[in-house]
Amino acid sequence: MRMSFLRADRGREREDGPQARLPSSVSRLLIVVLLLVSTAAPVWAQDPVTDDEVNRVAKTLYCPVCENQALDTCPTEACRQWRATIREQLEAGRSDEQIRQYFAEQYGERVLAAPRPEGFGLLMWVIPPLVVALGLGLYWNFLRTSKRRAPTAAEADGAADSSDDYAARLEAELRERR
Amino acid sequence: MLADLGFFSLVLAFATAVYAAAAAVWSARTGDAVMLNSARTAAWLTIPLTSVSAFVLILLLTTGHYDIHYVFSVINDDMPLYLKITALWGGQEGSLLFWAWLMSFFTGGVMLRKWQRDVDLMPAVTAVCMVTMAFFISLILFVENPFARMWQTGAGETVYAMWQPAGTIQIIPADGRGLNPLLRHPGMVIHPPLLYLGFVSLVVPYAFAIAALLRGRSDDEWLRTTRAWTLSGWLFLSLGLILGGRWAYDVLGWGGYWGWDPVENAAFMPWLTATAFIHSAMIQEKRGMLKRWNVILVMLTYGLMLFGTFITRSGLLSSVHTFAQSEIGHWFFVFITGMMMFSLVVLWRSWPLLKSEQQLDGLLSRESAFLLNNLLFLGITAAVFWGTVFPMISELLNGERVTVGPPYYNMVVVPLFAGLILLMGVAPLIAWRKASARALGRLMLIPLTLSLVLTAGLAIVGVRDALALFGVWLCLFVSLTTGYEFVRGTQARIKTNGENTFTALSRMMSRNRRRYGGYIVHLGVVLIALGFIGSTAFQQETQGRFNVGETVSLGRYTLRYDGLYAWQERDRDIHSAEIAVFRDGQYLTTLYPRRDLYLQNGQPMPMTIPGVRSSIEDDVYVLLLDWEGFSADSATFKTYINPLVNWIWFGGLVFIAGTLISLWPQAGEARRQAAIQAGSRATVRA
Repeated sequence: MRMSFLRADRGREREDGPQARLPSSVSRLLIVVLLLVSTAAPVWAQDPVTDDEVNRVAKTLYCPVCENQALDTCPTEACRQWRATIREQLEAGRSDEQIRQYFAEQYGERVLAAPRPEGFGLLMWVIPPLVVALGLGLYWNFLRTSKRRAPTAAEADGAADSSDDYAARLEAELRERR
Repeated sequence: MLADLGFFSLVLAFATAVYAAAAAVWSARTGDAVMLNSARTAAWLTIPLTSVSAFVLILLLTTGHYDIHYVFSVINDDMPLYLKITALWGGQEGSLLFWAWLMSFFTGGVMLRKWQRDVDLMPAVTAVCMVTMAFFISLILFVENPFARMWQTGAGETVYAMWQPAGTIQIIPADGRGLNPLLRHPGMVIHPPLLYLGFVSLVVPYAFAIAALLRGRSDDEWLRTTRAWTLSGWLFLSLGLILGGRWAYDVLGWGGYWGWDPVENAAFMPWLTATAFIHSAMIQEKRGMLKRWNVILVMLTYGLMLFGTFITRSGLLSSVHTFAQSEIGHWFFVFITGMMMFSLVVLWRSWPLLKSEQQLDGLLSRESAFLLNNLLFLGITAAVFWGTVFPMISELLNGERVTVGPPYYNMVVVPLFAGLILLMGVAPLIAWRKASARALGRLMLIPLTLSLVLTAGLAIVGVRDALALFGVWLCLFVSLTTGYEFVRGTQARIKTNGENTFTALSRMMSRNRRRYGGYIVHLGVVLIALGFIGSTAFQQETQGRFNVGETVSLGRYTLRYDGLYAWQERDRDIHSAEIAVFRDGQYLTTLYPRRDLYLQNGQPMPMTIPGVRSSIEDDVYVLLLDWEGFSADSATFKTYINPLVNWIWFGGLVFIAGTLISLWPQAGEARRQAAIQAGSRATVRA
């Protein structure tokens, strides 16, 4: 940009003649201002989005048309284009979540790795903890109702395995205690 | 001609199976021994009959009979011989035939064992086995026939049938479509057979359970009889699952081995209930408890096995609407519903018969620990089941299909597995009947302290991931308590018998093969868990485009792109990159990740094969994704470092060792064990 501006300047100098030339102090000021401005330019230009960053987002999405393929590993042409879309959106500065949202709106819920915990999807997340709690409850209930008050048998301390090394172990431990 | 022979042999097999079932039922009702023998012979005959069909199909495949539709769809001239043979299970129809063939060995093989002790169970066992067999053969005969030929109607449509329909001409292609290149891998050669072996052997415990209930028997004879079948079936299933993971890791090109794919889950669920069953069966044998629960578990395993086949084969997974289009889904649905209802009726009628002989003596006891184990396994099964069917439910009820992936499974299943691993470490230390917390605490002290110290050491060295540290601690704790079990027993033998360490250890294991075989399997589980933690929590990856000579660093490794080579082989085009691998600056090896392009009927089918450098500590895994132009001056690579991933495959080997030890028979051992069990029951009951 800097160069083209200067070239235009020179052209005007040639065509218009000496009367239209800027005073030299002003043109020097202009050059200084431009130089200052141009040092700020790299801050505006972004680092190119790396493959790893694209994969970071693609990993959390699923291919909208293939069967159970994550978007970062799907080799089809369509998936390549979708990854390019992710790259564009990352370059435009959108966040991971925004990109996911965009894909979900465009291609449906199935591109997300798991249904969102809202609406019908909530059902999916709620049922398993309920079932586990139910199971634990049944287990606890079974333990309580099936328990019988039995005297603490001699096997309570240590090994109560019914095989011939039970005897060996018992003997060894008795010997230890002597 | 040959295909007709194969088809007719199968028709005969079907008729034989139906006859065997009918004769068995007849003999059960009338007590006719002649009929029973006839049923037994008929059941056994299904082996040679299905074998003929299977051999015919293999022959058709290896000789390239492309007039047969199945042959056309799975092979082509370019394929090597061994792949043509394994194409037997490369497609739907052949798979079903292969399944039926394997099933004939197991269900027919049951007929060949000695029946003196359980002869009253034989009619029902025969009937259940043969009904299942007949179902699968009927699928092949009426729905998915591998011997069907191709015909073209006047309208240009292709129809499949054994013999020429009116108004059609036969289609005889010159070459076949060929097997999907993803299936051309050694893993794919043994993965389906192992899984099928696992599945079909699970029919046997189910048949025996039903038979025992129908005979009004409340003892655990059926458990003992089927223990070898259950355990070996479980081993096949375990290996099939592990090998499936290995195949995915080797050829599917996403650096992982388990994706919670519905097809994976379909095989995983029966494995979970079978493992629960193996554990709770021990309680029934030792204390006569949980009889109803064991029957429920065995029925559930059988049902899940059928359900797994159903959802894998019927296309239900891709869409509920595919299910409606494919007939096979309907057949499965009817059969599964029928068998489950039958099972429920039998269970309901035998309910009072299966009352526990013993009560639970203590809240803290080996029994309650086993129960908790079962609860956790069933919890995982329910969670996996829910995650697998929810997409279908969502599509049916909500009109929108969803994906249920790792976020769900990691949140729900992983904690339950962690609980199981903890239990694996603690339960061997808990006494039967009623354990004292103090005694348990004393036994746990050393392993607990040691494992905490080692984990703290890891944290100091730099490992920061809290969940991973917790997982590692669990695995260390279990290894120590399990190892401690070996040490305790060996020490006791040394003290009482004065043997040297090696003799004491081997004699101890030899006299308690079940227990120590089981402990070794547990150690295998720990290895797999550590491999899983390492390769997920500590996985590193990077992707980028490199010019020739450029390098990338990942972890301790540096990789340099040295060039791309292209050449042709009989059935594919290959592009292979050369990657030099350095670790800590030293040259290690060269990897050759590839992109193969198979041409199937003019359609290009790509396959990405990673270059992998495996060691105990990690895998360096490189994928060639893309390259620029013919000179390939720059190419895109994806690199993974997968720590400890090989511990998973090694853990599988430990599984085999442990199960074999557990299964290994000893002369008179069975009698001795039975006597010990009876004796222990008497003392433990007293």
